[in-house]
Amino acid sequence: MLNQSISHRIAVILLFAMGLWASAGQSQSLPPAASGAEKAVEPTARPRSDNPEIEARTAKLAVELRCLVCQNQTIADSDAPLAVDLRNQIRSQLAQGRSESEIRQYMVDRYGEFILYKPPFDAKTALLWIGPFVILAGALVALLLTIRSRRKKIQLEQFSEQELARARQLLDRTTH
Amino acid sequence: MKKFFLPFALFLVVLGFLAVGLNLNPREVPSPLIGKPAPTFSLPVLGKNQLSMGSQDMRGKVWILNVWASWCVACQTEHPLLVEFAKRNSVALLGLNYKDTPQEAAAWLARFGDPYQLSLEDRQGQVGIDFGVYGVPETFVMDRDGIIRFKHIGPLTPEVIEQQIVPLIGQLNA
Repeated sequence: MLNQSISHRIAVILLFAMGLWASAGQSQSLPPAASGAEKAVEPTARPRSDNPEIEARTAKLAVELRCLVCQNQTIADSDAPLAVDLRNQIRSQLAQGRSESEIRQYMVDRYGEFILYKPPFDAKTALLWIGPFVILAGALVALLLTIRSRRKKIQLEQFSEQELARARQLLDRTTH
Repeated sequence: MKKFFLPFALFLVVLGFLAVGLNLNPREVPSPLIGKPAPTFSLPVLGKNQLSMGSQDMRGKVWILNVWASWCVACQTEHPLLVEFAKRNSVALLGLNYKDTPQEAAAWLARFGDPYQLSLEDRQGQVGIDFGVYGVPETFVMDRDGIIRFKHIGPLTPEVIEQQIVPLIGQLNA
């Protein structure tokens, strides 16, 4: 008994450690590469806008766009030169008076919808958004139907007089 | 037997999705510009002081734009293929020198060979952004009307050149 509980604990600890190791591996960002491509050695540094409102709007929009080099980061988080360039694009376009939705469209026109970090809700992505709930609802319906049919099955069970008498006998015996 | 059929069928469906999905490259971002006109640009020509060239200059010709840079190591892999391909003279091959300096670009071409009819200096990368460039190298094929017909992400390989680009150029030239 003791051996069993020790080996059980060791197994739990090992599984936990593997889980931590696996998730740590995933949080490492791979060096930016697009099938063997490279990033610039020196990104061009541009002066930031003096306008705090533009800076704030830039930051807000930058969080909504994906860095295509480090694809699991936003262009706000990423240090990749392309991210720097795109942030500068946003900044200068905002300064020129473009709206956020115009700038978003500018990016989508060039890079596709993948650049939107927040997946839009439209005809193509509707299935992804609603799908899980539909499947959940379907599973619940299936569950309810199964329970109901099982209940009916139990109600329809007919027992003969002999079986009932035997059952009473057994019950009397066990409940003194 | 019927009891086992449904789960097995579902398993085959999942297997089918995995077979397709696991063979896809998740890092590849397909270009939304295929079938759309190439962005207009006007850029200085590498090595030719004061001369600039614009997108409309290529109208009426099928042409290839190869995005490269002297700091790009992966470009060295594909470069010999481009040098060889250029010798065939089957199509106009232009380079887009992306986020580079003219001195280093010229030195790189002197060292590795210059397959390009000319290279355009995109020092700030703005034209690159207009083309949807997100890594180097990338290669675009444009038809006579200036519509982007093909984009290859990453270094070119002999297979891509022979099986995709050459036939496409044949089609576009017909």
